[in-house]
Amino acid sequence: MTALGHVPGPVGAAPPAPEASRRGLSGYLLMLPGTLWLAFFFIVPTVTLVASSLYDPSGTFAEGYQMTWHWQNYTDAWSEYASTFLRSFLYAGATTVACVLLGFPLAYAIAFKAGRWRSLMLVAVIAPFFTSFLVRTLSWKLLLSDNGFIVGLAQALPFVGEDFRLLATPAAVITGLTYNFLPFMVLPLYASLEKVDPRLIEAAGDLYASPFTALRKVTIPLAMPGLVAGTLLTFIPAAGDFINAELLGNPRTRMIGNDINDLFKSSVIPTAAALSVTLMAAIIVMVLFYVRKAGTEELV
Amino acid sequence: MTAVASRGVRGWLGNHAVLIFGLLVLLYMFTPIFVVVLMSFNDPVGRLGYDFAGFTLYNWKNICEPYQLCESVGNSIKIALLATGLATVLGSLMAYAMVRHYFRGRGTANLMIFLPMASPEIVLGSSLLALFVNANLAGQLGFWTVFVSHVMFCLSFIVITVKARLSGLDPRLEQAAADLYANEWQTFGRVTLPLMMPGIVSAALLSFSLSFDDFIITNLNSGQMITFPMFVWGSAQKGIPMQINVVGTIMFLLALGMVLGGLLLRRIRERPTA
Repeated sequence: MTALGHVPGPVGAAPPAPEASRRGLSGYLLMLPGTLWLAFFFIVPTVTLVASSLYDPSGTFAEGYQMTWHWQNYTDAWSEYASTFLRSFLYAGATTVACVLLGFPLAYAIAFKAGRWRSLMLVAVIAPFFTSFLVRTLSWKLLLSDNGFIVGLAQALPFVGEDFRLLATPAAVITGLTYNFLPFMVLPLYASLEKVDPRLIEAAGDLYASPFTALRKVTIPLAMPGLVAGTLLTFIPAAGDFINAELLGNPRTRMIGNDINDLFKSSVIPTAAALSVTLMAAIIVMVLFYVRKAGTEELV
Repeated sequence: MTAVASRGVRGWLGNHAVLIFGLLVLLYMFTPIFVVVLMSFNDPVGRLGYDFAGFTLYNWKNICEPYQLCESVGNSIKIALLATGLATVLGSLMAYAMVRHYFRGRGTANLMIFLPMASPEIVLGSSLLALFVNANLAGQLGFWTVFVSHVMFCLSFIVITVKARLSGLDPRLEQAAADLYANEWQTFGRVTLPLMMPGIVSAALLSFSLSFDDFIITNLNSGQMITFPMFVWGSAQKGIPMQINVVGTIMFLLALGMVLGGLLLRRIRERPTA
């Protein structure tokens, strides 16, 4: 068990927690430019979005919109797009689960089993980022297409019919989403697992815990901050994504991002804004649920 | 004898199962990249087919042939450079203040930096578009509106990355500089900044690739201007020129070269102390 290839330094050797020592104006001055930028281009736009969702829907892009506190925009949008919202969260949930199932073993392998190959494997995890998101998603379109080799391989299996196809199915959309957001699961999981002292896992074994019990009672609880962060970092972008649904799916796999984008592009601003606010609100509720578990400082 | 051997094999598999599974996951992550590289040498039936029909260097020699492809790459590079430059300065200042200075409203600042990362891009993009429309800038959508939005979403990632580096630094190093009669500026310039540099560089690289690759926010706020991801999106509806795979391959090789080079450099630097 000592061949874990990872000998941690003595516990408690980390530098003392940096104290926010310097007082006075300079702290505020350093924060000012960035804060202003975020205020003008994150907070103000968010407020504007909420306001736009309450505009009179009869306005147009060219003539402008009237603020009439038109709450009906929301009920209209919800009743028309409820199933799309449901589908988006379903796909995002499936993506998150798939990312955990693929990402945890990978992060575990990098943290405990990779030895001297660790840095190289970490580079491999982020390597997909090096080419364009859209170009990569297009190559999935090719890989999953009807005359691609994955479908050919699957059709050769005894229990798969001739009419088996992948492209333009929910499975293709979820495959693409999983592929695109997997690094966001692996990296925080690795960051947490790397801090786990392998001697703790050994100790569990010495105390007659089976490898599975050790995983469940020691490793996973210690990796919890990474798991929570990874879950958020995959679920949130997946829920709002429309690239995979558009390139790999069909009209019945549309996600809420498709509709928000199309409505904004065709200048149906109030409905689009109402959908956008709803998506954000739903996600904030979920984030708050998690933040109570982990706290923002640990998350970021 | 065979029993022992089979137990050996099974034991080896048991010990390495996680590693093997991990490598398979990595293979899954690399598969599309193989396709991109392969397709960059594709000689399709008709210039837009998406089956591998034959090997050619034509795409590499005629990268700029598809209308607006190189223009869009140029736009993406310009925006990514400018946005990264500004976001790196603003973000590093914030990170320094948050780790080394006392100020009120730290919790609020943390939340404000965290929220853009926790919002789906479609929400960020549509908020900005709502702002531009309300400010009567709908006609002026283009380079600068995209620049503004990219600085916004890159900023958070830079603050987080630089902050992580800074909070890992021993503050006693700076105290030592002060003990040796360095004034505050000298301490910052000679001790803190050089120590922050690896964090700043990786933050800038991350920001560049985030900006270069962004589609969802850019698409909503770019008006008539076209960036590389938008070019790819547009061609996905019509027919995909193989040259986008050449651009993809070049990007991949450049980034891989930089990261592996950095890794190698660190190995070499660390050797004497190890």
